[in-house]
Amino acid sequence: MSASFKPTPSSKVISTRTIYDFHGGIHPEEMKTLSNQTAIVQPTIPPKLVLPLQQHIGKPSQLIVELGQRVLKGQKLADADGMISVALHAPTSGIIDSIVDHPIAHPSGESGACIVLIPDGKDEWCELEPCEHYEHLSVSKIQAKVREAGVAGMGGAGFPTEVKLHPPHHDKVATLILNAAECEPYITADDRLMRERAEEVVQGMEIMAYALQPGECLIGIEDNKPEAVAALREAAKETQIEICVVPTKYPSGGEKQIIKLLTDKEVPNGKIPADIGVMCQNVGTAAAIYRAVRFGEPLISRVTTLTGEGIQQPGNVEALIGTPIDWLISQYGFQEKKTERLIMGGPMMGFTLKHIETPIVKTTNCILAPTHKDLPPPPPAQACIRCGLCADVCPAVLLPQQLYWFSRAQEYDKAEHHNLFDCIECGACSYVCPSSIPLVQYYRHAKGEIKQQKQDQLKSDQARERFEARQFRLDREQAEKDAKRKARAENAAKAQAAKKAAEAVKPADSNTEVQNKIASEDTVDTNKAAVQAALERSKEKNQTNSVSKPEEVIDLDALKTTWDKTQAKLDKMHDALDDAKTNNSDQVEKLTRAVEKNQMRVNQAKQAWKKASASLKTVAETEAVQGSEAEKPDISVLATALEKAQSKLDKMQDALDNAQPEQVEKLTRAVEKNKVRVNQAQQAWEDASASQTTKVETSSETLTDATKQSDTVEQPDIEALESAVEKVQSKLEKMQDALENAQPEQVEKLTRAVEKNKIRVEAAENALKAANSISVTNQNGEQ
Amino acid sequence: MALLTLSSPHAKGPQRTSNMMRWVIAMTLPGLLLQTLFFGWGNLHNVLWCVLVAIISEAIVLKIRKRPIGFYLNDYSAVVTAVLLGLALPPFVPWWVSLVATSFSIIFAKHLYGGMGYNPFNPAMVGYALVLVSFPVAMTTNWAMPLPLLEQPATLLETLSIIWGQTPIADGLTGATPLDTYKHEIAHSLSDTVLANPIFGSGFSLGWEWVNAAFLAGGIVLIALKVIPWQTPVGLLLGLAIPAAILGHDADQTAPIILHLTSGATMLGAFFIATDPVSSCTTTRGRFIYGFGIGLLTYIIRAHGSYPDAIAFAVLLMNFAAPLIDVYTQPRTYGYVDSKRGPKAKEKH
Repeated sequence: MSASFKPTPSSKVISTRTIYDFHGGIHPEEMKTLSNQTAIVQPTIPPKLVLPLQQHIGKPSQLIVELGQRVLKGQKLADADGMISVALHAPTSGIIDSIVDHPIAHPSGESGACIVLIPDGKDEWCELEPCEHYEHLSVSKIQAKVREAGVAGMGGAGFPTEVKLHPPHHDKVATLILNAAECEPYITADDRLMRERAEEVVQGMEIMAYALQPGECLIGIEDNKPEAVAALREAAKETQIEICVVPTKYPSGGEKQIIKLLTDKEVPNGKIPADIGVMCQNVGTAAAIYRAVRFGEPLISRVTTLTGEGIQQPGNVEALIGTPIDWLISQYGFQEKKTERLIMGGPMMGFTLKHIETPIVKTTNCILAPTHKDLPPPPPAQACIRCGLCADVCPAVLLPQQLYWFSRAQEYDKAEHHNLFDCIECGACSYVCPSSIPLVQYYRHAKGEIKQQKQDQLKSDQARERFEARQFRLDREQAEKDAKRKARAENAAKAQAAKKAAEAVKPADSNTEVQNKIASEDTVDTNKAAVQAALERSKEKNQTNSVSKPEEVIDLDALKTTWDKTQAKLDKMHDALDDAKTNNSDQVEKLTRAVEKNQMRVNQAKQAWKKASASLKTVAETEAVQGSEAEKPDISVLATALEKAQSKLDKMQDALDNAQPEQVEKLTRAVEKNKVRVNQAQQAWEDASASQTTKVETSSETLTDATKQSDTVEQPDIEALESAVEKVQSKLEKMQDALENAQPEQVEKLTRAVEKNKIRVEAAENALKAANSISVTNQNGEQ
Repeated sequence: MALLTLSSPHAKGPQRTSNMMRWVIAMTLPGLLLQTLFFGWGNLHNVLWCVLVAIISEAIVLKIRKRPIGFYLNDYSAVVTAVLLGLALPPFVPWWVSLVATSFSIIFAKHLYGGMGYNPFNPAMVGYALVLVSFPVAMTTNWAMPLPLLEQPATLLETLSIIWGQTPIADGLTGATPLDTYKHEIAHSLSDTVLANPIFGSGFSLGWEWVNAAFLAGGIVLIALKVIPWQTPVGLLLGLAIPAAILGHDADQTAPIILHLTSGATMLGAFFIATDPVSSCTTTRGRFIYGFGIGLLTYIIRAHGSYPDAIAFAVLLMNFAAPLIDVYTQPRTYGYVDSKRGPKAKEKH
């Protein structure tokens, strides 16, 4: 230090700060002098530029140019997609030639979407937005400028820089660190950048500090770069930035390690540095931020080291983003024959390139072309002798030996327990391993296996949950069905018992017997039974009460309501059938249920009739036997007609059980017909009830009047009945047609249905005969 | 152009397993030299004979296991085992005793567990313990008298013919070791009387003290070269010295601390036998506990057991404990508050 040098009070250039240490670390041969002796050169514009749309962490950029479009230097070609994304700009003016899949810079050698730009040689800049004094801009404007410039982390990760310019929401930034360590052997890009453009780096850090307002600003640099240290000190002498020189050790340039070195803080497991109030950036990124804010220049080039014995003129170049590597290294004497592999990055953490035409991206800090002298092929691995040298050098303080044993034995849970995922894959352990075991490769494999296992576990958990839910739902539905069936059965048994009791009271009637027989053939429903119970109650009411017209009226009204219900149900079933038309047999089941319901409604209405007829009969018996007799055939006939309707439904239900889509249409028609029938029967019932009411009203009058009225009423009733019978017969014919056209599997069912229907028809005809004979005898009797 | 694709890291350091083994062998040579000076040609012959047996045994086993013989012999691990056995066995022990010891250690204690790196027990000590228990007479009556005390030390040919069973051993050539002597004599004498025995030299152990000093020097060099860790030897010596200082303060009851440290296979055990990396602990804290355990057990067996020298048994006993010690001495990983010590099942999630 010269006597004239007087450090100003604000200058902390010569740092007296304590430099801490991190556990482990190795000292490989630095090999920096190969490439750091010469200044950064600017190569000529390559004949083609290949710009991958993803050169960063986050979502790929969104293309905004078209094929054949002429673009200017610095013009935006792709926009950032969301918060965690980065824009892409044209490194020189030219034409967009194509947008293709091209090998990209990735260890797998896979291809990615790339813009191919053919430069036109004019290197014309687009319009830029310079700003002389950044402190006149608002913080958000600066952040926007950095985002517009497409700056990503240039240390190797490629994290969108603009995101790191936002102060973390939960904490202030205590320390802003610039990572100038460059600990990996062979790489000298940051070294030369700092030597030649220290002002840009420092200014860039000032801009970052303006945005983040940190407590302190530190630059961590290794002591093997004395010229860079001096240059930085010179550039930072008017600022608050501290230059901290750390001992040369690999991997002191790792983010976690540099933070430990400068602040003695450890980034907690699973957290990021921002969580402990530290923000870390690369010096190249700082320089890019400066250029973006001061000159408005987007990130279109970067300093890349070309080194290794396989390159005759090693050094640093300011390569345009998208420069194909084969063209670039051939410009500097690439010796194909001596080089077995090409590494992007350093010898410890760089990856080999599968395709030599891979382009330079924003995160490419070095292209290493090693010969056997640089990187001899790895010797064959021997057994682990448990010497523990790996644990001595691990910067993450792991037990690499144990991790190796567990990874080999595939005991992944134990490996995870030993903090496998805290491994930063620096390679220090395998560097020192005397048995030349490829340790890091084992850890990477184990990490991959564990991740895959976790994904599979997640999938199987989801599948199991869904399966269990489905099982639960099916079981519940099944339980509901069973409960319903059971209840129905119980109620039907009750109804049967009650009916038998009722039958015992009533005089035996052939028609009633037939009706009963038909009734028993029907499916027993809960509603029917419930209605049965209700009817019994009403019957009791009738019996207990004396003959009262209002009560009879009430009874009939109740029956009317019941009848309406049946109608409604039929409508519902009709709708369901519409569904069945368009759907498969799944709907048929639903439809069947609807049909059943309708049927039971019909049954209940029928039962209601019976009860009503019985009660009315008992009432009418007291007045006029003939009248009641006359009434009887009316009601019973109508009951039969109603039963026809029900039997039709029954048949239709059977048919629907096996309905094929082609059959459904036929059955639809059948339903409609049935509906009509039911309507007619209802009409008849209404008429009958009206006539009965009038009959009852006038029953106190002369019998002759009653007979007369019954006569007049009978005729239309009989007509109605005849028409009903006709309809039934036509139905039967139709069903027979359906049967003929039916599929073989359905034949049996339809046959049964047809037979059932035949029985019904017979019964109806019998009833009709009976009614006719009765009416005839009546008339005869009267006459 | 076809490029070789390998995953990182690509750089490899200079250290090799065979290098480390060769350094270990090299650092035993001063001790071997002094042993030859003080106790005759027996040890040298044993070392060479054991190396021969070891190489042949290993070659046979590798052939049976269908492994490349050259690749495995080149790691020098069999040679190290043989050298240690040659140094540890009594100088006049018959040829078949050392044959049994060496071949057993190579075949059973090493290859039947999987070869180098897979053996849970120190192979040399397994062989030693076997012959100690199986041939107690041969192992206790063949210790050499220090040459300065002999008028006519055995020549090379005489030594060879004794070992190979051609001539019976002459009376004066063998004698009890200092540790053995002290142990038996102190029961009915005072320390002054016992220590008057010329075998103790100037109060330490004639001959043995130099041998141990040479092994100590060799061990320090190995630590400096990072071939062996320092925690195990330091732990062992402390484990031996501290109980000896506390419990053996009365020289009239048990051997004094200085005798423990300079006599027997103490230094050889501390720097060469206990530091066998395969069978010892892996964590740094664990190594210290492991070494301390060996020292402690050595003292106990020496003082109260029936064997005069106990390094072999102590090492084997601690080999049993090494994996468990590892589980409980895991270091704290970067970014964690506590280290995850203990078995995995204990961890709360």
